[in-house]
Amino acid sequence: MNSTLLADNSEASLKKFLKTLAPVDAVGASARVEMLATRSIKTSSKNWAIDLAIRMVDLTTLEGADTPGKVKALCAKGVYPDPTDLSIPSVGAICVYNDMVKIARDALDNGGGKHIPVAAVTTAFPSGRASMEVKIQDTKDAIANGASEIDMVIDRGAFLAGNLGLVFDEIRTIKEICGNDVRLKVILETGELVTLDNVRKACYLAMLAGGDFIKTSTGKISPAATAPVVYVMLEAVRDFYKMAGVRIGVKPAGGIRNTKDAMKQLVLVNEIAGPEWLDPSLFRIGASALLNDLLMQRMKMRDGYYASPNYVTLD
Amino acid sequence: MRIDVMKTYKLFINGSFPRSESGRVYEVKDSKGKFLANPCLGSRKDLRESVVAARTAHHGWASATAFNRGQILYRVAEIMQGRIDQFIAEIIAQEGASPTSAKTQVQSAIDTWVWYAGWCDKIDSISGSTNPVSGPYYNFSIPESLGVVAIFADAKPSLLNLVASLAPIIASGNTAILIANEKSPLCAITLAECISTSDVPAGVVNVLTGKFDQFVSWAGSHMDIDGIDATGVSKNDLTELKELGAENLKRIYSFNELQTTKRMTNFMEVKTVWHPIGI
Repeated sequence: MNSTLLADNSEASLKKFLKTLAPVDAVGASARVEMLATRSIKTSSKNWAIDLAIRMVDLTTLEGADTPGKVKALCAKGVYPDPTDLSIPSVGAICVYNDMVKIARDALDNGGGKHIPVAAVTTAFPSGRASMEVKIQDTKDAIANGASEIDMVIDRGAFLAGNLGLVFDEIRTIKEICGNDVRLKVILETGELVTLDNVRKACYLAMLAGGDFIKTSTGKISPAATAPVVYVMLEAVRDFYKMAGVRIGVKPAGGIRNTKDAMKQLVLVNEIAGPEWLDPSLFRIGASALLNDLLMQRMKMRDGYYASPNYVTLD
Repeated sequence: MRIDVMKTYKLFINGSFPRSESGRVYEVKDSKGKFLANPCLGSRKDLRESVVAARTAHHGWASATAFNRGQILYRVAEIMQGRIDQFIAEIIAQEGASPTSAKTQVQSAIDTWVWYAGWCDKIDSISGSTNPVSGPYYNFSIPESLGVVAIFADAKPSLLNLVASLAPIIASGNTAILIANEKSPLCAITLAECISTSDVPAGVVNVLTGKFDQFVSWAGSHMDIDGIDATGVSKNDLTELKELGAENLKRIYSFNELQTTKRMTNFMEVKTVWHPIGI
């Protein structure tokens, strides 16, 4: 628990706090994000925003068919997104399954990417359906192999059944394992939480339990990072900072495929949470296809004409 | 007395009919200088959207069997047949043609479409080959579609030129961005309506209206367009188009004949395969 907002760590005091949260005006949230999405971005800001978005990408591969070769290629791309243009920054992190962490870490260390963290998805990703022992071991294993960021999934079944204390304790336990050096991102899987009220509750629950980031989705189910959900999360981190004095990060993941989507996310961040959040330490975008589109847009800004996918790598 | 319902001429991108992203239109007059329609003034972003749609559609369209493509193209001709009167009216209005010559033009346009539909599953046999090589190998040359092709259609005769440019490009498995001639865009939009009610997958054909000289620089410099049928482009614009197109080695051709397999093979790439005999 990183705040004094709760009397103690009991389920009762957690529920008492969550009851104080105002319900979300879903129609208002949609209208606000729609309005913000129409904002036009001028050329010089766009150049800046594209580079910022590249630095915020958690370059991700979470497939059953992941091979060591694919992970190594992904790491190489993360360090130098376009080897022909070294002015392009590296990505924010490489996000892989537990067993690929060591391969990714070695590939980064040997490929000039010592500064890039490896994020591992743990706690029985993506469903979160496993015993606590397994989840703990999963996390310890990833950290031992060199993960410096942990993307854990919450137990949505427990959350929806009203078992908030269980979810709370799980996050706290995992955070204890992570300690202060490993960043913990808590995946809420908002697509399964049904309402925006639930999303708001889950955000506070995760922040109170000690999560360093709140993340929308696993990327395995649809809808994933919809704009109203990101809006609610950004409001939560903003208000939480006012209450507890701690800045929590936000990571939308899934469904952000092109530069336009990414720009819309950045506008939301700036307008809702504030410019302090426009930094890879507080905002990340979980994506795989997005990076290529960012690179193509960057080429277009540089050359003055539209680029072709033939000039970026196939992943 | 009733007021006629006027048609809004819109673009055709990725299977739907949006207005131009720019929100702008331009005026088209008939041969006597009377107002005819306000088609969309297509923008650079409209072209970009079309290229993305065409690129996405290319794999599926190119890997459909040639026979299937032929069937779908023939279906387009069937739908065009039912729209004869509308085509005739538009040709009379925008070209000032006589009813008889307009009718002849529409009929030969449909015949040309069918002619190219028939070529879908035959072009491989005519332009591909089995090559004799000195060694225990089979050696085949197989023509394959190039990718995304932009078309600048000639003004007159409008429908016939549209068909003669578009049909061969998609028959061979390419996807197309048809830029309607700015003086006679009406038939192009009606043709798009025929295509959208056939079984042509979304994105295989995209139709834009607007100013040729603008589209020349946008299409010429777009790195994801592989070829351009420049039949309708003026001499000056053609020079600019070729200079810009050199950046990614676009294939840029103009044609005189309406029915020729050159219109297909010029936008195809030959793949040669060596295969050991006996395996």
